[in-house]
Order: sequence, then structure tokens, then C-alpha cells
Amino acid sequence: MTALLVIDQLSVRYDSRDVLRGLSLEVARGEIVALMGPSGVGKSTALRAVAALQAFDDGQIVVDGFALAPGPVPPESRLVPLRRRVGLVFQAHALFEHLTALDNVTLALRHVLGRTRDEAEAVATELLASLDVGSRASAWPGQLSGGEAQRVAIARALAPDPHLLLMDEPTAALDPARRSALGATLRRLCEQGRGLLVATHDAEFARAHADRVVSLTA
Amino acid sequence: MIASRLALCVLTSLGAQHPSPHVLVWGGDAEGGAPFVEADPGDPSQVRGFDVEVAARIARGLGGRTARFVQVQWSNIDQSVERGDFTLGLSGVEDTPTRRTRHAVTLPYFEFREVLAVRPEDAGRIHGLADLRGRRVATLGATIAYDLLVAARATTGLIPISYDDDVHPYGDLAQGRVDAVLLDHIIAQRALRRRGGSGFVILAQPVALGHYVGVLARANSALRDSVDAVLREAMRDGTLEQIFRRWDVWDPSQGALFDRISRNAAEAAGAAGAAGAARTRIPQAIAYLPSLARAAGVTLLVSILSMALAVLVGLALASGRVYGPVWLRLLTTVYVEVIRGTPLLLQLFVIYYGLAGVIRLPAFLAAVLALGLNYGAYEAEIYRGALEAVPRLQLEAARTLGFSELQILRLVRGPQALRFALAPMTNDFVALLKDSALVSVITVVELTKQTAIYATNVGSWVVPGALCALVYLAMSLPLARLARRLEQHWRPA
Repeated sequence: MTALLVIDQLSVRYDSRDVLRGLSLEVARGEIVALMGPSGVGKSTALRAVAALQAFDDGQIVVDGFALAPGPVPPESRLVPLRRRVGLVFQAHALFEHLTALDNVTLALRHVLGRTRDEAEAVATELLASLDVGSRASAWPGQLSGGEAQRVAIARALAPDPHLLLMDEPTAALDPARRSALGATLRRLCEQGRGLLVATHDAEFARAHADRVVSLTA
Repeated sequence: MIASRLALCVLTSLGAQHPSPHVLVWGGDAEGGAPFVEADPGDPSQVRGFDVEVAARIARGLGGRTARFVQVQWSNIDQSVERGDFTLGLSGVEDTPTRRTRHAVTLPYFEFREVLAVRPEDAGRIHGLADLRGRRVATLGATIAYDLLVAARATTGLIPISYDDDVHPYGDLAQGRVDAVLLDHIIAQRALRRRGGSGFVILAQPVALGHYVGVLARANSALRDSVDAVLREAMRDGTLEQIFRRWDVWDPSQGALFDRISRNAAEAAGAAGAAGAARTRIPQAIAYLPSLARAAGVTLLVSILSMALAVLVGLALASGRVYGPVWLRLLTTVYVEVIRGTPLLLQLFVIYYGLAGVIRLPAFLAAVLALGLNYGAYEAEIYRGALEAVPRLQLEAARTLGFSELQILRLVRGPQALRFALAPMTNDFVALLKDSALVSVITVVELTKQTAIYATNVGSWVVPGALCALVYLAMSLPLARLARRLEQHWRPA
């Protein structure tokens, strides 16, 4: 099994305080890895570092052959290969408020990948339907429930077809029924050959749906 | 302490309205300057000038009173005298039919000629208004001269330019901003003296004749008759001639005027006006509608062009402040603070008059530039706030999707910021619509200025003021409505 993501001795410091110290983990294709630990232990920081939204001080991150080194975040122009490989679903979803659910998903397809509107809408419609929010395609973000918004956010992150999907606290706003549905969805994404790294403090969810659990302690 | 001083001020000003019977309170504009009324260089608390001495002569003739001067803006003399701020207005006040129907007006005591001033090289070509087709002719707003120019616009196609003072027209003539100035010969001669006799020449042939009069409140016609008697006496006994000779404004036409008046007071009063026959109020209002409409068009055009410039300047400044390197952020901050921290009026003067030595901007362009650059600073703050109001997480989400910074601005941040900015922008545009009235100080006749001219001519602010307010409302209300609709349209939920 080839490792899709390798995190080696990752350390992040804020004002000489260790937010993350020496985190190492690997995620393979077709694998769901849960990054566990109580709040404030650096789970989100680790995901942000992998998505190059956050500088780190020590260690190395390699995503599908693309390496990130310690120091400031490189300029976007040098991150293009990484952006194609990694998708991130924020805990707060962070949908674009001025666009419908469908347009949230088509935006990157059209303007980053250069698809036509028709092509992009076909892909987005299929993605939303596969995530069970096809009927909400024309809704505005403010009109979506927490679970719907999360699935639209997943669809948006999946639209450019990244190999690695990062998710931050995906179960935070979900009731138990929705949680297990989400687990099934993630499994399906995995089976398509993606790797998933899921930061969560939900031990039950991690046990039920992750292939491996990496625990961070304070 | 402050309260007692304030009370003293109030009492003093009340005193002006109820003076002792031994004092004649008269109003004039010392800003108009010599030889009419000016602050005495030897004692700036006192005024001097031929109108000052005429006022003193009138006061003396009214049972040995003393004259006390009250400063009033020239264009407000009529309104102030009706309000009772002073008893007699006297400061190069022109004899017009409207003034005669609205107020108690004295005999004419001085005859002036409306004369054209042109640059020396034009003196051979220009002999009268008819030679000024398509040329810019400056004068003081709300005067007989201005009415003459407006009337001549229709027949000769000249372009009247209205100023708020009688000094800048001659400076702008010498600099080539205007092609001629039409004003009273006293003012023209004074301006020529100030410029050391160069820069322009005064044409010998007058365009029209006019007369200076004193103006009293309409209800004060009995006192006006007494003032007339004093003036007649002063013409007979030579004191008026002495005054005019002292101020070097005596000429044979004054003697002829005095003769006419002594022969027949009624005839003189009838012959007074220079600006056509008396009109009734309603046709007058209708006659002003086209010029009000044109002025409203100027207001709208200045506002729209200024706002367009302000939006561009604001976007550039806001981008500099949000995205730029430290030095650019500093620079844009300095610009915003300097512009917001100084009066728009000052900026207008600097751009129009201050820069005249470097670049001579046409008045309209200077107005649009000043308003646009000024409002640009306010727009910049609105856009910066709006850009920063777009949640950071959305920007990060866009980055993880592979958008460039420019794409994020164009596709994610900009559209949402625009929504936040729309309401304050509309407010600013409505404010700009009204602030555009300030550009009249650099000779652009827009709605408020035209209304002021109208009001001065009819001697009342009631109808012109109401009309003007209606036009402003007609322009600003639909705008507010449009903004509300756009906001609703862009609201996501």
C-alpha cells in the first residue's frame, strides 16, 4: 500500500508554546484515519498545515509526492499541485454565502479546472445527488441545515477530485442517524481510492468508521 | 463665564434690531471691498468706503442720527433687511424691478455702467456681447450682469459663468479660464488697478446702465421716503458729489442722474431698472424652470461622474490597504486621513485655484476631481470594511480549492463585499448629491446655486427653496429605493 500522506515529526509553535509536537502519521489510499484527541490538542492545526493554510516549524509533510517544508507557507503559485491533491472540509463548512449550493460546487470546476458551465453543473449535480442533497442544489447556504451544509461542503471539496480529503470535526453538528450515514458516505469515498484524514474528538464515530486511529494527547 | 458672554452676544445682536432712535443701523458687505465698503486698514474694526459715507450722510439727515454698520453677505442683504437685522441695506445694491416690488427701495444715488473686460489681445475683436458667441463670460452671480448674460445666452450663444465674488473673475480672465468679464465699471476699474493695469482691458462701450440704491424692509416705506428726501438734499447741496469725488468714482453721468432726479423723482424711479420690465411672480417661476432643470442636470452629472471616480479611487485605495505591502498601506492610510481630515471646500479651492499655476483645470473637471478624490477616501474605508467583513474561512476554503488571490477577490470576496458596501455607498451618493452644491464656489452653476440666484432675483426663498428641495428629493429617493431592491436581490436567504 502506497502512503498518500506522510506526516513526519510535525511541530507547530505559537509564541514559543507547542501547539503540536512531533506528530507522525501516514494515510494510504482507500484508508480512513481518525486523528483523535481532546479539543485544543492541535488536530485542526495539523489539518491546516497539510492544506498549506498554516506554517509549521519542524518536520515534513508529503502529499502524494508533493513535499511541504518548515517555514512560511509558500505562495499559491507554487501550491498548485498540492491544491489538486488535497480537499479540506471545514468544521464550520465555510460555504460561499453569495452562491447557491450548486454554484458552490461548480465554482472551482469552472474557474480553476476550466470546465464549461454545463460540464461543471453535470459533475456538481451528480456529486450533490450522491451525497443525498441533490434536491437542495438551488438553495442558498443560509437555507441549509447543518447536515446539508456539511454535505454540500464535502461535495465542494470533492469537485476537483482530490486524492486526499481532510475533514475537521465532521460529526460536531450531526445527530446519531446522520453520523452513521456520514460514516457510510466516507467509506464510499474511500472505496473510490481516496485517503481520508478525519480530525474528531468523537471516539465512538472513530471506532465505528475509521480504519486506524491516531491519538494526540495534550 | 461662557454663558454670560453668550448672553451678552445675544443681547448685543438683539440690540441691533431695536436700536436707539439716534442710531441708523445699516447693513453692507465689507467683503465687497473698496470703494464700496471695506475694513479700514488703519482700524480694521471700522469700515470705510463711499457707501459708508453715504450711510453716514443719510443718518445725519434723519435728525442727526449716527450710522452703525452691520456686516451681511451681499447676496443676503434683501432677506436680512426684511428680517430686521438692520434698517437700511447699502452696498452696491442694484436697482431691479423685482427688488422694487418686494422691498422699499430708495432713489438711485449712483449710476454704474456694466462693462466688459477682455484680454488685451481680444480687444480688437470683441466689442460687445454679440462678439462672444461660444465664449465663457464671467460675472458675479445674482446680479443684473448675470441676468444680462443669461438673456444673451439665448441670442448670442455665450456661456455665462457665475462667481461668488468679484475678484476671481478677473484673475481667471487674465489666466485664460474665461474670455470676458461683465461687471460694474467701478469693480472693473478696481480690479485693473489691483493688477497693476495689465492682464485685461476694459471696453469703453458699456453693455448696460444700472443704479445703486438703498433697500429697506417693505413695511418701512415711510422711512424710505425720508431717506429719499435726504438723498435729494445731498444731491442738491453737493455732499454726495464730494463723497464720490473723494472715492474717485465721480463722473459726469452722476451729475446727469442728480439732475434727472431733482427734475422728476418719479421719472428717475421709473427709469431705474436695467434688466427689463417687471414680471409677475408666476411667469417668473415658470421662466426659471428651464434653468433649474439645467442646473439639476449639472448636479446629477457632477454627482454621477464624481461617484464613478470615487468608486475607482476607493477600490484602488482599499486594495492597497488590504492587499498592499507595508509602504503602500501607509501611503493609502495617509491619503485617506488627510482627505477626511480637511474640508472639501478647501480641497476644491486648492484644486481649482491652488493648482492654477501648474495646471489650469476647467471648473467642471476640477469639481468632479475634487469631489471624486474626496469621496474616494470615504469609499475606500467602506470597501476596506466590506472586504474585511467577508469571513476569513471562506477565503481559506477558496485557497484550498486552488483559486488564485485575484480569483478569490473576483469570485468570492468582491461579490460579498459589494453586498456589504451597497447601503453605505448609497448613503454616500446621496450625501455627494448634496455636497455637489459646494462646487458653485468654483463657478459651476448647479441646482443650489441656481436656486440661490432665483431666490435673490425674486427676493424670497419660499418657492425656489421648495422647488429645489423637491428636485433633490426626486433624485435621491429613487436611488435609495434602488439600493434597497439590490440589497434584497443579493441577500442569500
